[in-house]
Amino acid sequence: MPENQGTHLIRGARPLGDDPVDLLFENGRITAIGPDLPAPDGAEVVDATGLIALPGLVDLHTHLREPGREDAETVASGSRAAAMGGYTAVHAMANTDPVADTAGVVEQVWRLGQEAGYCDVRPVGAVTVGLAGERLSEIGAMADSAARVRVFSDDGVCVSDALLMRRALEYVKAFDGVIAQHAQEPRLTEGAQMNEGRVSDRLGLPGWPAVAEEAIIARDCLLAQHVGSRLHVCHVSTKGSVDIIRWAKERGCDVTAEVTPHHLILTDDLAESYDPVYKVNPPLRTAEDVQALREGLADGTIDIVATDHAPHPVEAKETEWSTAAMGMIGLETALGVVHRTMVETGLLTWAQVAERMSAAPARIGRVGGHGRELAVGEPANIVLYDPAAPVEVDAAAMAGKSGNTPFRGMSLPGRIIATFLRGVPTVLEGKIK
Amino acid sequence: MRHLLSAGDLDRDEATLILDTAGELAQVGDRSVKKLPTLRGRTVVNLFYEDSTRTRTSFELAAKRLSADVINFSAKGSSVSKGESLKDTALTLQAMGADGVVIRHGASGAPHRLANWVDGSVLNAGDGTHEHPTQALLDAFTMRERLGRLEGLRVAVVGDILHSRVARSNVLLLTTLGAHVTLVAPPTLLPVSVHTWPCEVSYDLDEVLPESDVVMMLRVQAERMHDSFFPSVREYSRNYGLDGERLSRMPEEAIVMHPGPMVRGMEISAEVADSPRCTVTEQVANGVSLRMAVLYLLLGGS
Amino acid sequence: MHARKPARDDNEISPPASVPEVPEGTRAVLDGNEINRALTRIAHEVLERTKGGQDVTLLGIPSRGVPLAERLARRIERVEDLDVPAGSLDITMYRDDLRLAPARALGRTEIPAGGLDDRVVVLVDDVLFSGRTVRAALDALGDLGRPRAVQLAVLVDRGHRELPIRADYVGKNLPTSLRESVTVQLEESDGLDAVLLGPSPAATLKEGTRPGSLQRSKDTEGDL
Repeated sequence: MPENQGTHLIRGARPLGDDPVDLLFENGRITAIGPDLPAPDGAEVVDATGLIALPGLVDLHTHLREPGREDAETVASGSRAAAMGGYTAVHAMANTDPVADTAGVVEQVWRLGQEAGYCDVRPVGAVTVGLAGERLSEIGAMADSAARVRVFSDDGVCVSDALLMRRALEYVKAFDGVIAQHAQEPRLTEGAQMNEGRVSDRLGLPGWPAVAEEAIIARDCLLAQHVGSRLHVCHVSTKGSVDIIRWAKERGCDVTAEVTPHHLILTDDLAESYDPVYKVNPPLRTAEDVQALREGLADGTIDIVATDHAPHPVEAKETEWSTAAMGMIGLETALGVVHRTMVETGLLTWAQVAERMSAAPARIGRVGGHGRELAVGEPANIVLYDPAAPVEVDAAAMAGKSGNTPFRGMSLPGRIIATFLRGVPTVLEGKIK
Repeated sequence: MRHLLSAGDLDRDEATLILDTAGELAQVGDRSVKKLPTLRGRTVVNLFYEDSTRTRTSFELAAKRLSADVINFSAKGSSVSKGESLKDTALTLQAMGADGVVIRHGASGAPHRLANWVDGSVLNAGDGTHEHPTQALLDAFTMRERLGRLEGLRVAVVGDILHSRVARSNVLLLTTLGAHVTLVAPPTLLPVSVHTWPCEVSYDLDEVLPESDVVMMLRVQAERMHDSFFPSVREYSRNYGLDGERLSRMPEEAIVMHPGPMVRGMEISAEVADSPRCTVTEQVANGVSLRMAVLYLLLGGS
Repeated sequence: MHARKPARDDNEISPPASVPEVPEGTRAVLDGNEINRALTRIAHEVLERTKGGQDVTLLGIPSRGVPLAERLARRIERVEDLDVPAGSLDITMYRDDLRLAPARALGRTEIPAGGLDDRVVVLVDDVLFSGRTVRAALDALGDLGRPRAVQLAVLVDRGHRELPIRADYVGKNLPTSLRESVTVQLEESDGLDAVLLGPSPAATLKEGTRPGSLQRSKDTEGDL
């Protein structure tokens, strides 16, 4: 993308859903906010009447697949999808091939992100070598690398060994890192295909019981508190997990948690079609879980929304359920799903959406320059969202490489009109720049 | 009825129509010419990803008695074993003009997927631990033949319910047809949500036996022992195996069923397996008529 | 069917059985008495033509051929004190038009004990029209045994044959147009005996009524 630090004047946007004002971006920063700002010479004026302005979204959980599975996604294609979804920073998960368990791999991913330029790509480092759960990877080297890794995760696999988890939690304290745990007790989920319950029993698919997530979360919260470290819980999916995290926070544990958009809206009965587009890990749960997750996100027990954007090529999903890959894409639909499930229901204000999709994830990931207030002097990382432009999700029209969206054909209430990364539009008029 | 994927898709009228049709078609096996011209010019593909000579042969004979052309497409020795996807196989069968595909697959739901990719009718001949609808239909047919009715019949299904497609299909079908099902197994071999199923559950075979018109024994694989589903074959057999002594405590008219293959000495003793009250061979014979009925009703019309 | 008789006899205000209520545009061409007389005549003809009926087996074609075959058997028994085996022969699986409609439920096939080999089989049906049903019945017979001869008895021959088939015994020859339909009602299945002639249901419907097109129109409705 050409380096263009042009001046932009945003007319009539509603910051965090408040009354309309104008915002002026110059040299990558917000330089003025107020009614009827005069347009400087050469400024590009963007009519944002009726649009909501939010700080650029930050995703703490993205699979960009590069290196290794460039057929599913690349850093460039994934960060384009991120920009289309209103994101200005994403965290690239470590389960690539090779695994991001060395400074070399994380620097490669970081550099690919810089080159693509659609959003800031923050690599996540693997906790254990090769995600094998046996010994720590070179966490310190990744933290000190050009990528400045602060989030470590074996996501896709649980760090199930309690001692190894304790060591990892302790080790990252040295540089203010955080362990993002994929909570899944491995023995309880051998061969698991979907949420264990009424639907799995009828469909004859091996179940993934809620307790397999909850038991690990409880253990990790106690460990994190014991060693005084930060724990982040990836993709919380059950009511019991919400209860445990609420309890852990009350007793002073430094734990944060995320929920994915799909777990806020989809339920396990979708598996009745045996269409693996609904196959994901952790699995879709019950309506009761969905309700508890929404309430947990509303009351702050769950801190953030993270996409767990997991692209897969067509052939990984056009198959029998049990052989299909787990995961679904989500970057481009996240804000619309949150709008539908949390804002339309009155559970969150737009200011709270900004906290949970931008400010809090930036804090957890220690991402500088993102998730800031919409205030003069701050970096101009901003998304403009039209809350009154319903859009039908079209799997074929995704900006990323893969189309495995469970929301295809579903109507979402609004759309991203523009995304600015340090004052430069990555998306304008709903189209990638 | 376009496909037969789940016994739960059948309402009472449809299920009864299948059983009645099977009853008429049963005569064909006794005739000098054991063949009907009904499916002449139609192609039925037996797509078997699991070895099951018994079920495949039953479907093959049924299709041949209706004069269909039958192609056996087994996973071994075909492109399937070379990693061809189910979808590509489906497109191949489609190109060959298959009017019906009978599929046996180790993955639950594979027939549902296949039904999206072919124009012809899909018959589920057993998918993973999901369902085996024609087995349930032939079981119901056998019960009706032997006992004269299904309404109000008390049926105990005993054994590895958790991993049994036969149990799932039977619970759905027999309930639809008005029978009362009781599942009997150790708690480890019952699904977690079994209390939401339209049937009773018991851990005590001896309590259920005197109250049963039909006792259906399911195969229990000894390997389950290694996954701690039960401590030992001996303990399982002592608590849930059907022997002569237990048989004697069943009502006089009650019958013993088994979908086969039986593991003698595990869930059923040789004495019971060979008793005239055990319907195993009748079930096999009825399977052909029943599958003829299903093939006719799916493929015989427009 | 026996339970129905006294109920009707008790009900004195109901019209006599020989004057059936008929749908609009339809008229009765044979009443109960006429049907009875026709069957009696056919019974005599069968006995004559088969030289005493010793080897005769009557096979009714479901659904209405079956009670007709039973009535013929009773009449032969009355006349000659001869127990003629009567059964039924379902021809559904031998139809040549199966693919034009959804799969149909099967009728009963009951071959009397002793089988069909060397018997004089008299097929009995209510209406002879295109001849295709009889063709299917002949095919079915071939798979069931080897009769010495096969004959055909029908209550009504309405013409319009599409195959080289004729009936040996006919209750009534009824010239019809293709736009008309012939309906036989029998006490056993319909509560009273009558042969009705009326407009064909297919002719009264303007659009094509193939079952497949019904399905399609339903699908289209969902799209709208």
